[in-house]
Amino acid sequence: MDIKDIIKPENLVYDKTKVLTDNVMHYCPGCSHGVIHKILAEVIDEMGIQEETIGVSPVGCSVLAYNYLDIDWLEAAHGRAPALATGVVRLNPEKYVFTYQGDGDLASIGTAEIMHACNRGENIVVIFVNNAIYGMTGGQMAPTTLVGQVTATTPYGRELDLHGYPLKITELVAQLPGTSFVTRQSVQTPAAVRKTKKAIKKAFANVGQKKGTQFVEVVSTCSSGWKISPVASNKWMETNMFPFYPLGDIKDSEKETADKFKVQ
Amino acid sequence: MAKVKGAVVVDNEKCKGCDLCVVACPHDVLSLHREVNGKGYHYSYMKNPDACIGCMNCALVCPDSCITVYRVRV
Ligand SMILES: Cc1ncc(C[n+]2csc(CCOP(=O)(O)OP(=O)(O)O)c2C)c(N)n1
Ligand code: SF4
Ligand code: SF4
Repeated sequence: MDIKDIIKPENLVYDKTKVLTDNVMHYCPGCSHGVIHKILAEVIDEMGIQEETIGVSPVGCSVLAYNYLDIDWLEAAHGRAPALATGVVRLNPEKYVFTYQGDGDLASIGTAEIMHACNRGENIVVIFVNNAIYGMTGGQMAPTTLVGQVTATTPYGRELDLHGYPLKITELVAQLPGTSFVTRQSVQTPAAVRKTKKAIKKAFANVGQKKGTQFVEVVSTCSSGWKISPVASNKWMETNMFPFYPLGDIKDSEKETADKFKVQ
Repeated sequence: MAKVKGAVVVDNEKCKGCDLCVVACPHDVLSLHREVNGKGYHYSYMKNPDACIGCMNCALVCPDSCITVYRVRV
């Protein structure tokens, strides 16, 4: 069969969703941000919530996320996306509000904001892109950097005595009564992409049902920061990050009700 | 048994030659071209089009949404 006979509109099985703009993404080749943006756009498209969704973008490589998803956006100061999203969702309780944050943004400068937003049980989705490094500023160590991992600021590898332990923020927020669905996913294979899409869809559906804070970590790569190719980055992530950041659901419930916390 | 045949169209100019689609393809259909696009990247193309089954694996992992997939039953 000739290729021309296959490439016809009636045989189309996969096309870029219209929620993604036609802008060429500024991300480096192979960057997980692009895949995660695409998944988000497909979820918003399939749920028919393009007009009802408000994103809050971070400081980090995804600071320009608003150029790529055709929805309403705000851009937050570094680490403050959960605080901004709190205001947005409280004023617009019927909207689907989400933050999109890197590990430098969420687990370092913004640790207070994410902890308290999760503890208040704000009805938002948090997309946490953990590439174990500060990508935008040139690959410095992040709180999530693994012990022994070489970065621009740890040329001999992260040292426990000097830099402390890598921070598992997702396990921490799962302890808080305000969080509902807490999961860790990845996007390096077609199967992983499908799973992450399912998780993000569930998170948005839960927000629609006002279940509390939905937290989706995506273990990611930053080939420029790690200074290896995109394909080698995926391998490095599987070998080194997955044992410490294991994939799967950590919590699946609704935020706690007041009874447990009331004075008698 | 019904057989399926597929084909993909890669947006050459948008492609950043990251190689992720090449690795994701279970039938070794894709390869990076020896020529480069306007941005200087070796873009992905169907080196072995007859083997494509339209499974969409390449399109799912592409960070830049460059790949459109078609499939027919034959
Ligand atoms: C208040 C403030 N402090 C520091 C910076 C510098 N800065 C910009 S991006 C960034 C870290 C981004 O890393 P991450 O959140 O992991 O995102 P990535 O770029 O890896 O996607 C830092 C420290 C800033 N822009 N503003
Ligand atoms: S520096 Fe890293 S995180 Fe930033 S766009 Fe490049 S690969 Fe992605
Ligand atoms: S995954 Fe996308 S950007 Fe990367 S080589 Fe393939 S078509 Fe190009």
